[in-house]
Amino acid sequence: MAAFDEMLPEVSGLRRPYSAYDRWLQEQDPARLTEKMQDAERVFRKTGITFAVYGEQEASERLIPFDIVPRIISGNEWRRLTQGIEQRVQALNAFLDDIYHRQEILRAGRVPKELIARNEAFLPEMIGVRPPAGVYTHIIGVDIVRISEDEFYVLEDNARTPSGVSYMLENRETMMQLFPELFQKIKVRPVENYPQLLRQSLAAVRPQSTKGAPTIAVLTPGSFNSAYFEHAFLADQMGVQLVEGQDLRVVDGHVAMRTTEGYKQIDVLYRRVDDSFLDPLTFRPDSALGIPGIMDVYRAGNITIANAPGTGIADDKAIYSYMPEIVEFYTGRKAILGNIPTWRCSEPDSLKYVLEHIHELVIKEVHGSGGYGMLVGPAATKKECEAFAKKLQAKPSNYIAQPTLALSTCPILTEKGLSPRHVDLRPYVLVSDRIQIVPGGLTRVALKEGSLVVNSSQGGGTKDTWVLDD
Amino acid sequence: MLLGRTANGLYWMNRYIERAENMARLVDAGLRMALTRTQNASEEWNSVLLSAGSDVAFTQKYQDYTAANVADFLLRDTSNPSSTMASIETARNNARMVRTALTRETWESINEAWMALKRMLARPIDERDLPSVLDAIKRETALIRGSFYGTMLRNEIFDFSQLGTYVERADNTARILDVKYYVLLPSISWVGSTLDNYQWESILRSVSAHRSYRWVYDADYKPTNIADYLILNVRMPRSLTFCYRFLAEHLKFLGDDYGERHACHATAEKTQAMLRAGSIKDIFDTGLHEFLAGFIRDNTRLGDEIAQDYRFY
Repeated sequence: MAAFDEMLPEVSGLRRPYSAYDRWLQEQDPARLTEKMQDAERVFRKTGITFAVYGEQEASERLIPFDIVPRIISGNEWRRLTQGIEQRVQALNAFLDDIYHRQEILRAGRVPKELIARNEAFLPEMIGVRPPAGVYTHIIGVDIVRISEDEFYVLEDNARTPSGVSYMLENRETMMQLFPELFQKIKVRPVENYPQLLRQSLAAVRPQSTKGAPTIAVLTPGSFNSAYFEHAFLADQMGVQLVEGQDLRVVDGHVAMRTTEGYKQIDVLYRRVDDSFLDPLTFRPDSALGIPGIMDVYRAGNITIANAPGTGIADDKAIYSYMPEIVEFYTGRKAILGNIPTWRCSEPDSLKYVLEHIHELVIKEVHGSGGYGMLVGPAATKKECEAFAKKLQAKPSNYIAQPTLALSTCPILTEKGLSPRHVDLRPYVLVSDRIQIVPGGLTRVALKEGSLVVNSSQGGGTKDTWVLDD
Repeated sequence: MLLGRTANGLYWMNRYIERAENMARLVDAGLRMALTRTQNASEEWNSVLLSAGSDVAFTQKYQDYTAANVADFLLRDTSNPSSTMASIETARNNARMVRTALTRETWESINEAWMALKRMLARPIDERDLPSVLDAIKRETALIRGSFYGTMLRNEIFDFSQLGTYVERADNTARILDVKYYVLLPSISWVGSTLDNYQWESILRSVSAHRSYRWVYDADYKPTNIADYLILNVRMPRSLTFCYRFLAEHLKFLGDDYGERHACHATAEKTQAMLRAGSIKDIFDTGLHEFLAGFIRDNTRLGDEIAQDYRFY
């Protein structure tokens, strides 16, 4: 299965979006490029841009490898993508509003009822709650893969607490430090205003009762969380407080943070803590990360929580397979961006097919993330497939399966020169009274030759993503 | 506006940076004593450990007071929470927690110090390398201090950081003096003995003041002058008076900014007034040891009051 290379496809040679970059690259001394690669690593280590890998004691802080060859998208390609993303994000918010209110889509039989009712991501506490400005999912990362010149698919929607945006920003910063001359030659659309956009977007969805400028804070589980760097980075860039559950409590019907001068009210909380940890009085009683009583404040309309509790029902992998129907139901149009064909293992016919073709498919846990608990059939041994089949049969509704697509590749710089590696793309979308998509995103790249797993926890790296201003 | 937890992180980050450096300075002074006076080296190392407040923990692990053992315990042993490595690690963890309150330069200097020391202290230190390792530790903490002073805005973040620095420093200096207080007491036998000369130099060396002492006093070491220098001198950056001048100043800034005075203000001002009015003769008359023990107790109380008054927890 030959993959489509976004820079140097076999059939047509160099693709146009890469032409200016390629001209520059040809003039470079390979030794200098290798040096620049080491510079990049030094920059990342020095600034402490690390992430923690769960389950590895030794390397508790690791760098996500960074490749210095940019992934380049033309202005035209980007316009098409953004139309599809906007439509999808609109549908996601409409779906959430519907699910927690009239449930028309269930009544119309377009999505099976039991998929919602029995879903852990569905929060009955949110029924009838309308968040400030009517927005449920404010910050979304839509994972997109490409398989040919014209075929883009959505791999998954991240509507809860998508991470990685700090890498998008730092990757650009690093590239501009390493190769300032490139950015003079090639017009690349900027991404660095993302933190300002995020702040404006969060301010725009403040509770109606807020007087004056809203106080915004980022809620982190703490400095031992794998994405802590990003939480700190975003709070810093937005100029807002980075808070933990232990800093917050409910005071006079509002959420307030403990400052050196006493408690101060918070109006908008950008939380990077999972739903179940948010409020020990409502959800997990053992959670030390949350704020007792915050759900009461939320229901009273006195705080905006971004993203809203219960948004996970929209990016659940079992729901994913219904996204084409969902998009059409709420927008009245066919989805511009398609889904990857998906077998729901909960359906007996699909399960049968999946078990028969296990070595050809990618099988994922419905609620899993980060590349944990998945099987890549073609890369797995017979024994691994058999073991996975047992798990699958024990709890079929826990899994979905997709064909192993020939994800597009983009070259990375190796010791032997350019070499193609599979990539995906996560653009970041902000929703308030409008939808904004920063031109670019996070390109994740599977650094191992032939590998299709791009997750950073599984040996993936990242690239700077350029959207050309053409 | 500053989170109480952030103020706490800043305070302890700076206490531990100060402590990391202090350990290196103590080992440096001990090393010098051991080199010049081989006879009673183990006694010297014992007093180094006492000054570091690590003597009990040390004896649970080692029997011999050798340079290698003490240096290992005070510099690289992470099971000793006050060792340089453990301190710099705690400082960095706190810095990570309060990262949004620090300039990029300050954070990077702490992160780089941590990386450099982790590498340097990964294996036991060869005795021949000890001087260069001590230099490197002092250089790293100096770089942190330089970035901090050079780039941080003088606001409440700065104030809480400085409170940590000076509470720790005052504690360090008072402990160093207290461990050696008997060396400084006037007695008939001390006059002119070389033994005491070494002891006195060692005290000055452990606060990096053996050269500057001569700029202020005569070249001769005199116990009253040494005590005066370390306790009452307003210009000596590690003296108790110097520390309290800044503690009172930063607390005043906070009080003015917030428009509120707390128990910690009264405590700091009381100690400052006591130091200002005091003479070294009075201190020796009431008893140097009693004076220092009282000072250490009050200084600890000040730390607790700051934590409580500014809602660290």
